[in-house]
Amino acid sequence: MTKTPGNLRYAKSHEWAQRLDNGNVRVGITDHAQGQLGDMVFIELPEVGRQVAAGEEIAVVESVKAASDVYSPVSGTVIKTNGTVADAPETVNQAPYSDGWLFEIAPSNPGELDKLLDAHAYAAVAESESH
Amino acid sequence: MLIFEQSQTGRRNPGQAPHHKADCSDIPAQFLRSDRPLLPEVSEMQAVRHYTRLSQKNFSIDTHFYPLGSCTMKYNPRACNSLAMLPEFLARHPAAPDDTGQGLLACMYELQEMLKDVTGMRAVSMAPMAGAQGEFAGVAMIRAYHNSRNDHARTEILVPDAAHGTNPATAVMCGYKVREIPTNDQGDVDLDALRSAVGPQTAGIMLTNPSTLGVFERRIMEIAKVVHQAGGLLYYDGANLNAILGKVKPGDMGFDVIHMNLHKTFSTPHGGGGPGAGPVGVNERLIPFLPVPMVARDNGGYRWLTEQDCPQTMGRLAASNGNVGILLRAYIYARLLGRDGMHRVAEFATLNANYLMAQLQKNGFDLAYPQRRATHEFIVTLKRQARALGITTMDFAKRLLDYGFHAPTTYFPLLVPECLLIEPTETETKEELDAFIVAMLKILAEANTDAALLKGAPHKLPVRRLDDVRAARELDLVWRPAAG
Repeated sequence: MTKTPGNLRYAKSHEWAQRLDNGNVRVGITDHAQGQLGDMVFIELPEVGRQVAAGEEIAVVESVKAASDVYSPVSGTVIKTNGTVADAPETVNQAPYSDGWLFEIAPSNPGELDKLLDAHAYAAVAESESH
Repeated sequence: MLIFEQSQTGRRNPGQAPHHKADCSDIPAQFLRSDRPLLPEVSEMQAVRHYTRLSQKNFSIDTHFYPLGSCTMKYNPRACNSLAMLPEFLARHPAAPDDTGQGLLACMYELQEMLKDVTGMRAVSMAPMAGAQGEFAGVAMIRAYHNSRNDHARTEILVPDAAHGTNPATAVMCGYKVREIPTNDQGDVDLDALRSAVGPQTAGIMLTNPSTLGVFERRIMEIAKVVHQAGGLLYYDGANLNAILGKVKPGDMGFDVIHMNLHKTFSTPHGGGGPGAGPVGVNERLIPFLPVPMVARDNGGYRWLTEQDCPQTMGRLAASNGNVGILLRAYIYARLLGRDGMHRVAEFATLNANYLMAQLQKNGFDLAYPQRRATHEFIVTLKRQARALGITTMDFAKRLLDYGFHAPTTYFPLLVPECLLIEPTETETKEELDAFIVAMLKILAEANTDAALLKGAPHKLPVRRLDDVRAARELDLVWRPAAG
C-alpha cells in the first residue's frame, strides 16, 4: 500500500502540498506517483522567482520508464527549490513526503490549498487508477 | 571486452590497410593532424572474432520474434536491400546532374506517386530523413499555413494523452503550446473535452490513428469536423500506418498533413538509430509549403525541385536528396507488394494481432480494452498479477528474453498500468505466434509458483538485469585509454 499522509493536501495529478508555518506551500509528488514512475533519473526544477498559476506545468520528473510533468497545485511565486533532489533524484523515491520535496511557493491565493483533495479523497483517486 | 581493450601497440593487419598513401600535399599544414588517431591495433582474426561475437549477441528480427508494440518490427525482404545496393545506385554522386540519373529520379517520382495514392494525400515530399523530422516538417507546414493567412493568434496544438512523446515535443519545437486531450474509457479521444478545448487559438491537432492504445479512432470524422470548424488543421502521425495500409486513407479521414515512417512500414531494418525516411504528404492547401527537394516530371524527364521552384517552401530538410537508399528500399518493397499486396499487409497485421489477443485473453491475460477489436497491436495489462504476486511487467518482459522472444513494449502508453504493447506484424507465421503464446503462459505459471525466477531474469543472455538508472544518468559512451 502506498502512503498518503493525513496532514497534506493533494492534486489529482499526483502532487502533494503542505502549508508551512511561514505561510509558504511546499510541493512534491506522492508516494503513489513515485511508485508508478519507478526509479528517478532526472528532476528538472523551476527557476526561483517564477510566477506560476495553479495547474500549470512547473517541473519535470524523469524515471527509467517515462518523463512526466509536475503541475503546480497552487498559484504564486517559486521561492525555493530542493537542490538535493536535483543531485540525487532517488531521494524522491526514498522519501517523497520529506527529503524528496521539490519546491516551495509563496501562494498568491492561499485559499486554493483548501480546494485540493484531502488524503482520503486522494487515496481513492490513486486506488482507482492503479487497480 | 571492447576492441580497444584488445589493442597491442604495433600489432598490424597489413592485408586490410590502404595500398596507397594518400597525397595530402594540397591540404594546408594547419589542417593536418600531427598525432596518430586513436585506433585499436589488432590482428585481422581478432577483428573478425570480435565483430562475429558481437553479431551473435544481437537480439534481432533476423533471429527472434520481435513483437515490440508501436515499432512495427517486420521482416524486411532481402530483395529490397540487394536491389537498392546495385552499383549504379550506390556509386551515383548526389550532386550529379539530373540528366545522368533519370532512372533513380524515375524511382523517386514513382514512389512519391505511390505514397500519394496509399495515403489519399494530394502531394508528397520525401525530403525528411526520419520520422521525427517528418513530424517537424508537418507541424512547421501548419505554422507556415497560418502565418501565410496572417492568422497569428493560433498558438496551441492539441495532443491526445495517448500520443507518442514525439508529438508534444514536435509541437514545442515549432513554437506551440501543447494542450492535452484526455482519452475516454473505450480508448477513443474524449470528444466533449476536444470541443471545449478548440478555439481561435487552435493551430491543429496531432493524432495517430489507429492510436497507441491499439484501437481505431472511431469518431475520426467528427474530430476532423470539430478541429476544422475551429480553423485548425489535422496532422496524422504515420507511426501506425501498417494497420490500415491500402485499406483506409488518412486523406479520407480528413487529415491535412501526414508523415510516414518508411523505415517501419516500407521495409528498412530499424531500431538502431537510423537511417530512416519520414516523407510528408499534404492536402491541397499545404502544397506550397512542402519541404524540398522533391521530384517533378516535366517534358518527359525528371528533375529535383529546389527553393527556386517552390518559393513558399518551409525549407530544405536534406543536404542533398534525402535518404535515397531508404527511399529506394521503400520503392522496391512497394513494387514487390503491388496494390493487392499492400492490402494483405494490413489484413495480416491485424489478423495476427487479433489472433494473439484472443488466445492470450482466453488463457488468463487481462486486456486493457477487452471490448475493442485490436488493430495491428493490442495491450495486455499485468496489474492484477503485479498486485497479487508482486511481480512487475518488466520482470515478465525480461523473462520472455530467456524464452527467445524480444519483449513487447513495456510501460507505454502510460495510461495503462503495468502494460505490454504487443505488435506481431504481418510477417510472422501462426507457428511462431503459437510459440509466443506458449511462452507467455509458461511465464504466467512461473509467476504463480516461482516469482523469483522472473525477478532474476534474464538468466540465459550475455548480460543480466541492467542498471537502468546508471545507464540513463551516465551517458558516457566514449572509450579512453587508462591513464599512464
